[in-house]
Amino acid sequence: MLKVNKVDTFYGKSQALWDVSLDIKEAEIVALIGANGAGKTTLLNTISGVLVPTSGTVEFIGQKIDGMAPHRIVGMGLSHIPEGRRLFVEMSVRENLEMGAYSSRAWKHRAETFEQVYKIFPILKERAGQLARTLSGGEQQMLAMGRGLMSRPKLCMFDEPSYGLAPRLLREVFEAIKSLREQGITILLIEQNVRNTLDISDRAYVLENGRIALEGKSQDLLKKELIKKSYLGL
Amino acid sequence: MQYLLTSICSLCMVYSGWFIDRLLGKEKRGKWLTSGVLLLTLALVATLPVYGTSYAPILMTTIILYIILAVSWTMFSGPTGYMSLATAAFFGVGIYTAAFMAGDFPPPVFILVGGAASFILALGVGALTLRLRGIYFAIFTFGLVELIRHVLAFIELHVTGTRGRFVFGVDNETIFYYMLGVFVLLMITAYFLNRSKFGLALRSIGEYEAAAAHTGVNVTMVKIVTFAVSAFFMGAVGAIWATKLHYVDPGIAFNPLFTFIPVLMAIFGGMGLLYGPIIGAAFFTLLKEFLTTTLAKYGLGELYMLFFGVILVAAILFMPNGVVGVIQRLTQKWRKGGPVEEHADT
Repeated sequence: MLKVNKVDTFYGKSQALWDVSLDIKEAEIVALIGANGAGKTTLLNTISGVLVPTSGTVEFIGQKIDGMAPHRIVGMGLSHIPEGRRLFVEMSVRENLEMGAYSSRAWKHRAETFEQVYKIFPILKERAGQLARTLSGGEQQMLAMGRGLMSRPKLCMFDEPSYGLAPRLLREVFEAIKSLREQGITILLIEQNVRNTLDISDRAYVLENGRIALEGKSQDLLKKELIKKSYLGL
Repeated sequence: MQYLLTSICSLCMVYSGWFIDRLLGKEKRGKWLTSGVLLLTLALVATLPVYGTSYAPILMTTIILYIILAVSWTMFSGPTGYMSLATAAFFGVGIYTAAFMAGDFPPPVFILVGGAASFILALGVGALTLRLRGIYFAIFTFGLVELIRHVLAFIELHVTGTRGRFVFGVDNETIFYYMLGVFVLLMITAYFLNRSKFGLALRSIGEYEAAAAHTGVNVTMVKIVTFAVSAFFMGAVGAIWATKLHYVDPGIAFNPLFTFIPVLMAIFGGMGLLYGPIIGAAFFTLLKEFLTTTLAKYGLGELYMLFFGVILVAAILFMPNGVVGVIQRLTQKWRKGGPVEEHADT
């Protein structure tokens, strides 16, 4: 479904990704783990078109998308829920969700999608008329996820959805991600919370200093010495 | 007498702005009543030349001119937060278009061409500059006014050997009706712009441009198109205004005051809702009229800007969201009888 092939990405003169390849099949949950500054967010930005790789290709449902404008990539069904939520805090919850359905394909079906999103996150329906900035941290994260879903994505990329959340909310967020997969949405998940992430994902890639250091089935990775030492602190 | 009549007509204009805001807020109650009042107020304004003094429509034309400039400036700069100082450039392009065409063509033609010329100029300028942010965009747009003025002055001096142009005049009553017509068109445009998802996108850009791009908004296109639509109205009223001036030269047509005064009016009135800039424009135009005529008796006619400055400083200090903000606070207090609560407007 998504194929990243030998990608190099630069910020100005400094290279952030070296020869990164990644392959995601339909209805998979794939995790991307790594320390701060390993290049996880850079990779997501490269996929969603915010950054353009200097070499290598990105393919989504069989079409080359590197170099394409971000809004067109969203239109194809690839949704990116960025780190730190990036909500429109002075707009209402409903308007934030509407913004998610901005691409013309999703706009037509937005009434229907609203219902689906409200079913996954009932709290958003209760808060529909409130300004986004009046929501709690957990609610804001759910709004960010709900907004990503409003584009009716085939593939969702979550960048640290657990960031700054209390443990109880964390579980809710992970449950929500699992329920998305049951609806046939493919997921690429960035997380620092490695244990939980490997538990819900099928496969995982480990990024280190801008390179893929390790990849494989999540259950296998949990047993690997490197993972245990570096990420699980065992 | 003329102050009373034009003030009443100004209130009618404010009402029509408020009416559109209400429609956009999906307020359904009292639909027939408010629509009826709208027709009544528009009729009241439109018949001003019949019952008013001969000067009343002339003053009202100036008020509507500033209303259109302030509203169309707010249309782009309000939601996006990009401070455009190019109003005088688009206005001046309209003026010069009319200077070339009036006399040979009927007013509707040169008004449309004036608007279209500004629209096209704004498309070009927008494509070049809307990547600039904050102060850089403001400086560039202001530079545009000066650039066009000096280029025109240079051409007149060295190429055509003329100095300014005479503009074929149109009688005051006709000018008044064209101005009113453009106002109605602007209100309709503002309504459709804000009702569509385009308006939603525009506000999201002002709030968080990077996030807007992430959610799939073609931010560059939305900004450029809105910038150009607002420029269309500035150019169109420029073309109307030119027929009132009779004589224009680059200094008159591209006077930077036409940039600053509408901004001042919009800030004073408040930019969140449509009727804000209308209040600001009507208030300041009437105040200017009053001050210049009163002060002129003492030979101090040009000092009115001093008063404008003081009022603006006070407004920014004491009502950061303009008159609209004050009105919203008061109505909420009055309705709930309790502390002011925040909710999503528009």
